[in-house]
Amino acid sequence: MTRRHVAVTGAGPAGLAAACAALAAGARVTLIDSAEQPGGQYHRMPPEASAGHPGGLRHGRDAFLRRRSRVLTHPRCTWLPETSVWALERTGPADGPPGAGSGAPPRVHLLCGGPADGSGRTRRTLDADALVLATGAHDRVLPFPGWELPGVCTAGAAQALVKGERLVVGDRVVVAGTGPFLLAVAASLLEAGAGVREVLEAGTFPTVGRNWLSRPWELAAQLGKTAELAGSAAALVRHRVPYRLGRTVVEARGDGRVEEVVTARLRPDWSVVDGTERTVPVDALCVGHGFSPRLELPLAAGCALRDTPAGAGAGPFVVVDGEQRTSVPGVFAAGEITGVAGAPAARVEGAVAGWTAAGGDHAVPALRVLRRSRDEGRAFARRLARAHPIGAGWPGWLRQDTVVCRCEETDYGTLCAAFGDAAQAAPRVARLSTRAGLGPCQARVCGPTVAELRARLGAGPAGHGTAAEPPGHTPHRRPLAQPLRLGELAAAPVPFGSPEETPDRSGGPKPPGAADRTTPSGPVAESPEAPSSPTDPSDPTDQR
Amino acid sequence: MSPRRLPARGTADGRGERPLRITVDGRPVDGVAGQTVAGVLLAAGRTAWRRGPSGAARGVFCGIGVCFDCLVTVNGDRDVRACLRRAADGDEVRTQSRTRPGTGGSRSADAGADGYPEHGEATG
Repeated sequence: MTRRHVAVTGAGPAGLAAACAALAAGARVTLIDSAEQPGGQYHRMPPEASAGHPGGLRHGRDAFLRRRSRVLTHPRCTWLPETSVWALERTGPADGPPGAGSGAPPRVHLLCGGPADGSGRTRRTLDADALVLATGAHDRVLPFPGWELPGVCTAGAAQALVKGERLVVGDRVVVAGTGPFLLAVAASLLEAGAGVREVLEAGTFPTVGRNWLSRPWELAAQLGKTAELAGSAAALVRHRVPYRLGRTVVEARGDGRVEEVVTARLRPDWSVVDGTERTVPVDALCVGHGFSPRLELPLAAGCALRDTPAGAGAGPFVVVDGEQRTSVPGVFAAGEITGVAGAPAARVEGAVAGWTAAGGDHAVPALRVLRRSRDEGRAFARRLARAHPIGAGWPGWLRQDTVVCRCEETDYGTLCAAFGDAAQAAPRVARLSTRAGLGPCQARVCGPTVAELRARLGAGPAGHGTAAEPPGHTPHRRPLAQPLRLGELAAAPVPFGSPEETPDRSGGPKPPGAADRTTPSGPVAESPEAPSSPTDPSDPTDQR
Repeated sequence: MSPRRLPARGTADGRGERPLRITVDGRPVDGVAGQTVAGVLLAAGRTAWRRGPSGAARGVFCGIGVCFDCLVTVNGDRDVRACLRRAADGDEVRTQSRTRPGTGGSRSADAGADGYPEHGEATG
C-alpha cells in the first residue's frame, strides 16, 4: 500500500493537531514551520522551557508538550524547523481551475535551515498527496496618531516577547483595542511582573456584554477558552487593573518614543465623545483590533475566500467544508485562517483536517465527536466576531498627517486625496501613486485598513478578493509569501525524495534540523501500521 | 522604566543562563542565549534602532516577523528581522534605515529591493 504523504505548513495548535491526526490515520507527514520549535504563537516559550522545564500560566502546556513529542519522535514524521514556505506552485493547467486534472495539491517551495532571514538557506521543493495549511494570524492594528512611535507595539508583540523571552515591554503599560486577547496579554504582563495601568476595550457594553452573555450554554462547549479568559480577568482584578469598556487610545505622543497616550470615551460606533480625553503617562502601549489571517499561501493555492461583514475585526477567511477541505483539491485549511476562535478550536479543526487529508476512515466515532466540537468552535468564532466588531467611526481618530502605511509613511490625507480622485482610486493605481502597501511589509499591516478606507471614501469595494472582486486585487496576494534573497532564488531547488522515501533518507542534501530529530524514545501513541483515531483520548483538551 | 528581561524561573540570579555578547554598530551588548536580536536590544534599553523614510525612529512593532519595522544587518546579511533572528554569540549587528534622500542620515547608492535605499547608519 502506498502511504499518503501529508504536508502540513504551520506547527501551531492547528498544524500540530493536523500532523498528529494524519499520523494516526497512517500517513507519512512532513511538518513545516519557520520557527525552531513547534507551538506557533500560542505555545511560544523560551528555549529552555521547551526542553521540559515548567513555566508559568500556559494553558494546556502539558498536553501540548506531549503531543509535540509524539509528533516529532514519530518514525513517519519529518519535521522541518526554520523552514519557510515562500511559494506554492499550482500543478494544474495554467488557464484551468486550480488543481484541475491532477487532483494533487500545489508544489511547495521551501527555504530550509539556517537562522531567520539568513543567507545561504537551501531551496527545496516538496510534492505531497495533500497539503494542510495552518498558517495562523497576526494582530490587526488600526492606525491612530503616533502609532509609529517606538514603544507602541501590537498586543501580539508584547505577548511574544513575554512568552518567548521573558521580556516585559514596560512598567507603565496601557493595553488597548478590542477583543479578549487584550485580557490574555495584560494577564501575561502582570504575571511576569510588569505594571499595567489599564486595559481599554473599545467596544461598548451593549455590544460586548450582550454577545458574551447570550446563550451561555454555548460557552460551556468552549470550556478551555472560557476558563482561560476567566483566569486572565481574575489576574486583572487581583492586580487592581481597571478594564474599561467603550474607551480607547486615540493618540500616542512622545519624543522619539511613546511617553504618554490620550484616551477617550467612544460611542457604540467608536466615534469619540468630545471632552472625555485623558492623558496617561506610559512607557509602553500595546494595541490590537482583532486579527488578520495569514492568507498568502491559501491565495497562492487558489483557495476561495469568504468575506466578512463590514466592520468585522478580521477576515476574509478561507472557505472550508465539513472536513476542512478548501475549494482546491488536495488542499485543507485549519485554525485561524478559517475563522478566529482561539487555540482549542484550532486544534479540533487541525485534527479533522489532518485525518481527512490522510484519507482516514470517515466512520470512526471520534471524527463525529470532533466535527461536533468543530461546529461549536465555529459558533464561538461567530460570537467573538459579533462581540468585538470594528466600529465604523474609527477614522474619526485620524488626522490628515496620521501615518497609515508605516513602511512608506503614507498619511491619511494623501490617501483621502487619492481615493477622492477617480483617476487614482483603483487599488493598483492608488498603491503606486501613494506608495501605501509597497514597503517592506508588503501591506501586511496596512492592507486591510487601506482597503477599508478606500471603500469608505466611496472609491469602490474593500477588495478582499472574494467573488465580488477578483483575487488579484486582494491586499493579501503576495507572489513571494516570505522574503528570500536573490542568490537563494537563483539556486536550483533540490526536490525532496519520492513519496516512498522520507526526505532524510532520500540521498539528497539533508535539510538542516532534520538530523536534530530525537530518536523515538518511548512508545509512540499510534502503532505505525494500525490506524487509530484522530484524537488521543488521554488528551481532554482535544474535545474542546 | 524601559523593557526589561526577567531571569529564568528557578534561577532568580540568572544562574544557568548562557551569556552571549553581540556588537551593535561596533559596540558590545550583552544578552543570554535564547534571546532574539530584538530581545537583546530591548533588554539593553534600546527601544528604537531603525528610521522610517522621514527619519522617524522605529523599533519593534509586531514582534512576529510581519511588519519589518525592526530590520537590521546581521553579519553582513541585510534586512534581517530582529524579532525573528535568534542572537548568537559574536553576531555583528548593524542598524539600517530607510530614510529618503534629503531627510538626514547617510546617503547610499545601495537601493533596497523596493526602490528606496535602506542603508547602514554607522558605516559612514
